[in-house]
Amino acid sequence: MENIKLKINGIEVSAPKGSTILDAAHLAGVKIPTLCYFKEINEIGACRVCVVEVKGARNLVAACVHPATDGMEVLTATPQLIKSRKKTLELMLSAHDRRCLECVRSGNCEFQSMCQELGVEDSGFYDGDRPIHEIDTTAPHLIRDNNKCILCRRCTSICEQRQHVAVIGPNNRGFDTVIGSPFEMGLGDTSCIHCGQCVSVCPTAALQEKPYIDEVLAAIADPTKYVVVQPAPSVRTALGEEFGYPIGTDVEGKMAAALRRIGFDGVYDTCFGADLTIMEESEEFRKRLIDGVGKMPMFTSCSPGWVSFCEHYYPELIENLSSCKSPQQMFGAVAKTYYATEKKIDPKDIVSVSIMPCTAKKYEAGRDDQSAAGPGIPDVDYSITTRELARMIRKVGLDFRNLPDEKFDDIMGDSTGAGVIFGASGGVAEAALRTLVARLENKELKDVDFHAVRGMDGIKEATIHVAGKDVKIAVTSGMTNAKKILDQVRAGTSDYDFIEVMGCWGGCVAGGGQPHCDAETWNHTDVRGLRAKVLYDIDVKREYRKSHKNPSIIKLYDDYLVGGPGADKAHHILHTSYKKRKVNEFLD
Amino acid sequence: MLERTQVPPFEGTKEQEKQLLAMIAAHKDERGALMPILQKAQDIYGYLPIEVQTMISDETGISLEKVYGIVTFYSQFSLTPKGKYHISVCLGTACYVIGAGDIFEVIEKKLGIKGGECTPDGKFSLDGCRCIGACGLAPVLTINSDVHGRLTLDDIDPMLAQYE
Ligand code: SF4
Ligand code: SF4
Ligand code: SF4
Ligand code: FES
Ligand code: FES
Repeated sequence: MENIKLKINGIEVSAPKGSTILDAAHLAGVKIPTLCYFKEINEIGACRVCVVEVKGARNLVAACVHPATDGMEVLTATPQLIKSRKKTLELMLSAHDRRCLECVRSGNCEFQSMCQELGVEDSGFYDGDRPIHEIDTTAPHLIRDNNKCILCRRCTSICEQRQHVAVIGPNNRGFDTVIGSPFEMGLGDTSCIHCGQCVSVCPTAALQEKPYIDEVLAAIADPTKYVVVQPAPSVRTALGEEFGYPIGTDVEGKMAAALRRIGFDGVYDTCFGADLTIMEESEEFRKRLIDGVGKMPMFTSCSPGWVSFCEHYYPELIENLSSCKSPQQMFGAVAKTYYATEKKIDPKDIVSVSIMPCTAKKYEAGRDDQSAAGPGIPDVDYSITTRELARMIRKVGLDFRNLPDEKFDDIMGDSTGAGVIFGASGGVAEAALRTLVARLENKELKDVDFHAVRGMDGIKEATIHVAGKDVKIAVTSGMTNAKKILDQVRAGTSDYDFIEVMGCWGGCVAGGGQPHCDAETWNHTDVRGLRAKVLYDIDVKREYRKSHKNPSIIKLYDDYLVGGPGADKAHHILHTSYKKRKVNEFLD
Repeated sequence: MLERTQVPPFEGTKEQEKQLLAMIAAHKDERGALMPILQKAQDIYGYLPIEVQTMISDETGISLEKVYGIVTFYSQFSLTPKGKYHISVCLGTACYVIGAGDIFEVIEKKLGIKGGECTPDGKFSLDGCRCIGACGLAPVLTINSDVHGRLTLDDIDPMLAQYE
């Protein structure tokens, strides 16, 4: 590629043609502060904290969107620039509820750290004009507090561009501008799919998950309750980031130790639920493919963000969704039936808690037809995010870095490598194939790695020859990517048999409940890939790598789910149903 | 629920809906079609309530939030219908300094609506406007094409009563 040469702060830099000033500065190791900029998602040049001086230009320019050109001379940190940036931040601060001390984002808030770095003075010049916004708690998964919003629009851009949902946006104009939903509806009244990607990219505390930390701690403290916990595969790939470990550090052992010390009565693993999902899903797929029972292609159903998207935006395709509950719900269902029987506990006294990289799991826990033990006994009582777990660990005073590595408890803590890779886009398809091939051909695969479905591309394809058939597989994540495939399926032009869909791009490792990374990190690091690698590394190390080889799963079917996968008992406990919904359904 | 603008019940007719759908069908594949569609929709209905914006969203595939964001950005669009009697209070400088602000507020209270809204029975709507060139009569307001000048707060009740 052609290169250009320019000078940044007097130092010669060479950068590919088409770079912005910000890109070129990054190559030269020069940091320019940014707030609204989020690579490929929000490149709108709105906040003006990234202003720089360009020799010969009349005004300061926004480095994040201004192209770098040959021979350009740029200054990034003159006293005048720092003053200008401070002014910009002070203006934002004047309309901000700046009670940092009690704020969930204090310590990892991009706005707070920038104000500190630039030495902004909080003297409250404009306090009189601060608009007071009502806090929106109508959604099941997140809280919007516009008193902390700096109008960067990263949330609205990701919702529209990555998720094709666009239920939030800027309303009104000028001083009255607020981020919200149409007609001042609460987010809970819209067709939001609960993915939490907006929370992930928000630099401040304007968006946060709906927390259940106190409820969970109260259940643990209640001697009449038996509290079981299941962390999802992806939680162990990212929890460490909250305690200073580099992105991509496996903290499975410390996480198990932490959960035990928080006081959970049983420390288990969602990967067990994932193995169970594979047992049911591969049998369901076999029935559709070989016996011709049910619609083809079959979509996976473990991502509740995706399930909501299908219900609202492609209601004509809900019969293509696998009827399998997600691993979270299968785990919860088994905890309140089989496990309750084994341990002789009344299911009403079991509190089932999940730790998820996802905010949509909070919504999923409250969906209809997710109560295997009977009405009023939900499979999962509380779902909390990876971030909430980190807060809980700090709240109870654990020194995470110095915890020993421990194992999960027996019965529901056992998992195979197949259950672990569920957290990465392609992982469900790969895990399903390992078991499907065994089931259809009655022989075991030697090489269990399906590289074609790995990696962070938005759409991946593979064809597997099994039982005399070419089975065509597609793997997609992020709803804007998925839409391309869904449109083909709807039009009848797709020839796929099995389609794995995950709500968030890259899969659960990049879910809306994972630890916050600042935009700078997202812009320059393969966060998803590094976290996913943790899962593939664990997979190789697990004793078993195929779900149907999990001894605890084999025992579960032998002792309790009589008839095997897909039989009546399993169907009653482990499967669910869907509903046709609309995009704009509040008028009905 | 967050605070919402008051609107009288939607009374769009089948005929209006037919016109709207035909108009959207004619425009929807054009680039930047939303602005002209919104303008024409407002011509058809006189305002852009949730029912109309939803039809536009469903037909164009543009999210309702995008539609609403644009409607609330441009002052040419209205979320509320004009009442049978539309009151427009001049808030220009001459009127303002002599008490138009108070008059506006008293009318808001008496009608139970805010500026930009319409009473639920569809009778009165209220807006502020810039100088209408009748500064000699300040403070001044118009109700449809009638001009009421040199108003005091005591004049408001009898004035409104004329439109019962
Ligand atoms: S959002 Fe950031 S700046 Fe605002 S109160 Fe919270 S920590 Fe402080
Ligand atoms: S949770 Fe997802 S769908 Fe809902 S507003 Fe946020 S980004 Fe959009
Ligand atoms: S809610 Fe957060 S991401 Fe959205 S505009 Fe406000 S500060 Fe930015
Ligand atoms: S304008 Fe460049 S980061 Fe906001
Ligand atoms: S200011 Fe009111 S008419 Fe001129």
